[in-house]
Amino acid sequence: MELSLYERMRNKLIKTKDNFKEKIENVMYLGNFDDDFFEELEETLILTDLGAESAMKITEQLRKKIIETHAKTKEEVMGFLKDILTDMVSVEGKPQTTPMIMMVVGVNGVGKTTTIAKLASRYKKEGKKVMVAAGDTFRAAATEQLEEWSKRVGVEIIKSTKGADPSSVVFDAIGAAKARKTDILICDTAGRLHNKVNLMKELEKISRIVNREGDGFNIHNLMVLDATTGQNALNQAKVFHDCVEISGIVLTKLDGTSKGGIAISIIDEMQIPIEYVGIGEKQEDLIEFDPKKFVDLLFE
Amino acid sequence: MIFEGLNEKFQNIFSQLKRKGKLNEKDIQAASREIKLALLEADVNFKVVKQFTKKISERAVGQEVLNSLTPGQQFIKIVNDELTSLLGGEIERMDFINGRPNVFMMVGLQGAGKTTTAGKVANLLRKEKKFKPLLVACDVYRPAAIKQLEILGEELNIDVYSEHDVKDPVGIAKRGLKKSEEGHYDLVIFDTAGRLQIDEALMEELVNIKKAILPTEILLTVDAMTGQESVNVANEFNRLLEITGVILTKLDGDTRGGAALSITYTTGKSIKYIGTGEKLTDIELFYPDRMASRILGMGDVLSFIDKAQSMMDEETSKKLEEKIRNQEFDLNDFLDQIKQIESMGSMNSLLEMIPGANKKALKNVDLSGADTKRTEAIILSMTKEERHKPGMINAGRRKRIAFGSGTKVADVNRLLKGFEQSKKMMKQMSNPNLAKKGRMKLPFM
Repeated sequence: MELSLYERMRNKLIKTKDNFKEKIENVMYLGNFDDDFFEELEETLILTDLGAESAMKITEQLRKKIIETHAKTKEEVMGFLKDILTDMVSVEGKPQTTPMIMMVVGVNGVGKTTTIAKLASRYKKEGKKVMVAAGDTFRAAATEQLEEWSKRVGVEIIKSTKGADPSSVVFDAIGAAKARKTDILICDTAGRLHNKVNLMKELEKISRIVNREGDGFNIHNLMVLDATTGQNALNQAKVFHDCVEISGIVLTKLDGTSKGGIAISIIDEMQIPIEYVGIGEKQEDLIEFDPKKFVDLLFE
Repeated sequence: MIFEGLNEKFQNIFSQLKRKGKLNEKDIQAASREIKLALLEADVNFKVVKQFTKKISERAVGQEVLNSLTPGQQFIKIVNDELTSLLGGEIERMDFINGRPNVFMMVGLQGAGKTTTAGKVANLLRKEKKFKPLLVACDVYRPAAIKQLEILGEELNIDVYSEHDVKDPVGIAKRGLKKSEEGHYDLVIFDTAGRLQIDEALMEELVNIKKAILPTEILLTVDAMTGQESVNVANEFNRLLEITGVILTKLDGDTRGGAALSITYTTGKSIKYIGTGEKLTDIELFYPDRMASRILGMGDVLSFIDKAQSMMDEETSKKLEEKIRNQEFDLNDFLDQIKQIESMGSMNSLLEMIPGANKKALKNVDLSGADTKRTEAIILSMTKEERHKPGMINAGRRKRIAFGSGTKVADVNRLLKGFEQSKKMMKQMSNPNLAKKGRMKLPFM
């Protein structure tokens, strides 16, 4: 099972990987690690959305390492670069003990609802009793979208009408989850831009309800991040984290050509792990994020 | 936040240039490097950044800058001009056809905001051009996407053509077009499913829809927060479909929106509209010069107003308005207002969004958090009665308040004077002839 998932990730990431690998290899081709090399490397890293600052930081670290060790071969240098990146993305996650409440947050259009369907499907397959709460009462047909997914996946859904108070939906869902001895309750929330103070206050309120009513539950807040997002993602992560304490990130849409480099910067700066990676539109297109494998695959 | 990032950086660069009488090549080089980094941080594609900074340097090193009296200003102008022309120069408007329906096709990645934008565009053009719009739901993949468009149509009172349980978007498109002809609609907007530009099968499907409906506009919808990928996405959609324009969504966020630059630069297609909020009326024309100014820190009144507005919810402002009308606005409300403004971020950062508000002058205006604290202390040192009727605060009372709040009598005087002024100002603003739509904006603006 694990191997096949690993294979799936491999296949799905081939596009991402090839780009990155090819570029890095091109950069290293000549084998002389001079200023031009470092500049090219910096550029390659920036093109992954890693950010200029992080790219410079990594390049500088690599430069020091090369000087220290008198490294000369492409293989050595590649190894160092891999180590640096693996180090950056290795962060311990929060244990997923049940019963658990997952609140899923993020800006508009990152794929929260689809991710919830994938999570529900995954936990159900693990034999867990899963329930979803349609906490996006704002966007047109958001509830219908989650409802359709809950039918396909075969999990229970707690919902209300459009325009209802999302906190009340979550409140009801927690009550239902307790009564039905649910293992994992996954709460959808409306997408919101992190600079909308009122909407963030609303989220804070939902979170308060979860913390108050979810006594005895392991509370795990996931932020969904679109891999195509640029540097703004760091702001997103910071503001959402200030608001509801994020314990994990789901990086979606990694099946495109985007490299999601900003995720590396986020993990490095905020020490919040990426838990899952979304690689498609089907329920099973969600895989666990393994830092070491992830970096390995980038360079394989 | 945008105003602490790119603008700050540019302003740092330019304030350095301003201080010097003349520019040398070295200055320009340093400034170019800063500009390069700032643009990268703004998610402008690396290749675009490289070419942009090269152009800037070439132009700046020449006489233009060196011989001008204020090199800093000249440099700002060059950067601004270049940015504006990269963003599309003059505003390019869509051509509309009378007689046969204007056929729009919305395309883009998943989650860019195509469905919502389709509704927004239909609503806007119905209002502006008096069109009779029809929305056609061709997204057969995402669960409830059709339902979403139907609900939007219902909310906007715009007709929607949809077929449930049909998995053939090309067929739906054809029948939708036919319906538009029969119903004499003069604007038809086709919403398509989000897809990755590398998904060959789904891109082929778009090409087929295009062939079937012969759209007058193919609008690529792009999330303003998109990173380096924006170039690849735009290029590929443009290569296969020959898009006619771009709609940039979610610009109400605090992203610096470098994608705008990358896309227009690489495709040569202009941005027609921008999405600026969750409401169905939140769509605006794109102004290249405004975007450039926003990037360059020359202020953006719109952002300022938006920010101020979003901070104050309808209900509070109504209550406030009533108080002002009835002249019941007292120091308690004044304190509330100050606190509300404070929660928007520092007053100075807000003021910097106003064009022409120059940084030096702002330094003398103390609107920092410390001042708010002092004001708060002074007001809290007053009795309830005093707060309600500031007129009763005589010299003796002023002394007591100053003592109680650890300030000087002069501070108390200044506060009371400021309060009276705002009250006067508010009275004018609450005049129904002056206040737009009867809704208060910000009493201290």
